[in-house]
Amino acid sequence: MDQDTSIGGSQQRFPVTSHSAIIAARSADPYLRECALETIIASYWKPAYKYIRIKWRASNEDAKDLTQSFFANVLEKNPFNTYDSGKASFRTFFRICLDRFLANQLKAEQRLKRGGGVSHSSLDFDGAEAELTRNGTSFDFDPEEYFYREWVRSLLSLALDSLYVRFSESNREIYFTLFELYDLDDEPGGKTSYASLATRFDLSITEVTNYLAAARREFRKIVLEKLRELTATDEEFGQEARKLLGIEIK
Amino acid sequence: MRSLSDSKLEHLRSIAASPDFSSTKYRIVGELARGGMGIIYQAEDPQLGREIAIKVLNTPEEDSDLARRMIREAQIIARLEHPGIVPVHDVGVLADGSVFYAMKLVRGQRLDEYAIQTQSLNDRLRKFQAACEAVAFAHAHGVIHRDLKPQNIMIGSFGEVLVMDWGIAKMLRSNQSTSDSSEPGKVLPPGRRGASRDRGSGNGENTTHGTIVGTAGYMAPEQARGEIEKLDERSDVYSLGAVLYFLLTNKPPAGANSTDESATFSRPTLRPRELNPKISKTAEAVCLKAMSPAGSARYSSATELVAEIARLIDDQPVNAHRENVFERTGRWFSKNRFLVFLILAYLLMRFFFILTSRR
Repeated sequence: MDQDTSIGGSQQRFPVTSHSAIIAARSADPYLRECALETIIASYWKPAYKYIRIKWRASNEDAKDLTQSFFANVLEKNPFNTYDSGKASFRTFFRICLDRFLANQLKAEQRLKRGGGVSHSSLDFDGAEAELTRNGTSFDFDPEEYFYREWVRSLLSLALDSLYVRFSESNREIYFTLFELYDLDDEPGGKTSYASLATRFDLSITEVTNYLAAARREFRKIVLEKLRELTATDEEFGQEARKLLGIEIK
Repeated sequence: MRSLSDSKLEHLRSIAASPDFSSTKYRIVGELARGGMGIIYQAEDPQLGREIAIKVLNTPEEDSDLARRMIREAQIIARLEHPGIVPVHDVGVLADGSVFYAMKLVRGQRLDEYAIQTQSLNDRLRKFQAACEAVAFAHAHGVIHRDLKPQNIMIGSFGEVLVMDWGIAKMLRSNQSTSDSSEPGKVLPPGRRGASRDRGSGNGENTTHGTIVGTAGYMAPEQARGEIEKLDERSDVYSLGAVLYFLLTNKPPAGANSTDESATFSRPTLRPRELNPKISKTAEAVCLKAMSPAGSARYSSATELVAEIARLIDDQPVNAHRENVFERTGRWFSKNRFLVFLILAYLLMRFFFILTSRR
């Protein structure tokens, strides 16, 4: 698997996935707090970079610096301490923090190139830039909607990484391989058939069907776990699940 | 981290949004449609080797009003065995608590799509007549649909007409032949499945006065006012009239695309002939009679409307329109065109014969 970032990364995720990284980011325990912030950064850096490029019309290099400066600031000062889940979703709060930071940065006309645990080479800005070029932006640009879409892209990408790790660790790589071939094709379900996969991997069609169903089920579970991780309260989790998947969480 | 294109992103989102069917025998193939109450999926029944459609409630609370309503919908459809009403195969609860029911997968197009592609008015009227027959059957079993509109009527691959989405249907009365003493809307426990036929009874209705359910522009005035106790078969007749309006004009009646509450019902702002002058006065009269604001002025039942549509297709006089002498003569001439032609030809020949014989 390609690794874009060494911050957090799929193996170093906040350990208790059913709990909220947003809450843990306020923990008195420095280890827990650091893990939580890394989890947040892993999910948010790419949407943040693209957002800076598009909304703030920053050049490639400026956007890289600003993204790193922002996350360095996060690790140093932890602005998420002040998050109140009663007022807005964490995603909205994050975007406001980012906007505020950028406004201050531009006002002071400074680019503070601080390391602070986020090295320049650790984030795959080239990959983010390639995505930006490929996916583009619509003419009726809505900053909130754009940031949300990129955040979803980041969330589902991380979920895919976790899916791979989970199946690899349990020696069930075939589940992920089938899922990758069938569902991550550019035209989902269009080119690859269950029968062709069965022939290719010497499986029965029933086995292909069952493995794919299991992989999809696991993927859904991971997405919900990640969503829970990135929300502060059950209510916010429910709202995000409704918005992302159109489902109600009991 | 993987790079996801927009199309992959949407596909993965739909996968993550799919409910967990692991506790059932069904396998999900894909999403078909989304509605207010739930999502309809295309699925496979591996035991019987057939494709089906599964409607899943989008809230995982099996004791909620919505869950009870969905169970009731399945029960209502299950007791209506008619070729024009999509059959229900199964009802149950998923592992996450979401209620679902499985039904026949209908391939084809919606009536509004069909109407736009079909030039022949008589073809449209025949489909409409078939839909009216299905509704009349439901009425005969004490059920009113309450959400009839072109989008809820499907034309199958072989031209069959199916009335869909009985989600807000109302039982007008208990029917001895189709009910028993089971508790209405009782949800089956997780993992337990079975046909819902003959389960539930009573009016199956917990909508209270003032509650507005239906679709703007297609619902009867009394329905739009939330006068639940006044709803009867004639409320569906109004909606059928509104469907006929669409079939005649290719346009929805007034208020159908509006979010303005005052526009939820009204007489159509434009009469069908104002939108399409080719429409006959009789067809317009049938449509407007069905859409009369007062229930007493409408057709008293869908059966009566079926008979009226049959007369319209056969070019017979309709009850909704009293013809004057010119219209009656015109109808006689148009129906006896060949005879009139023969008589005229004979008279012309006689005339020339007399003219030439005098010379």
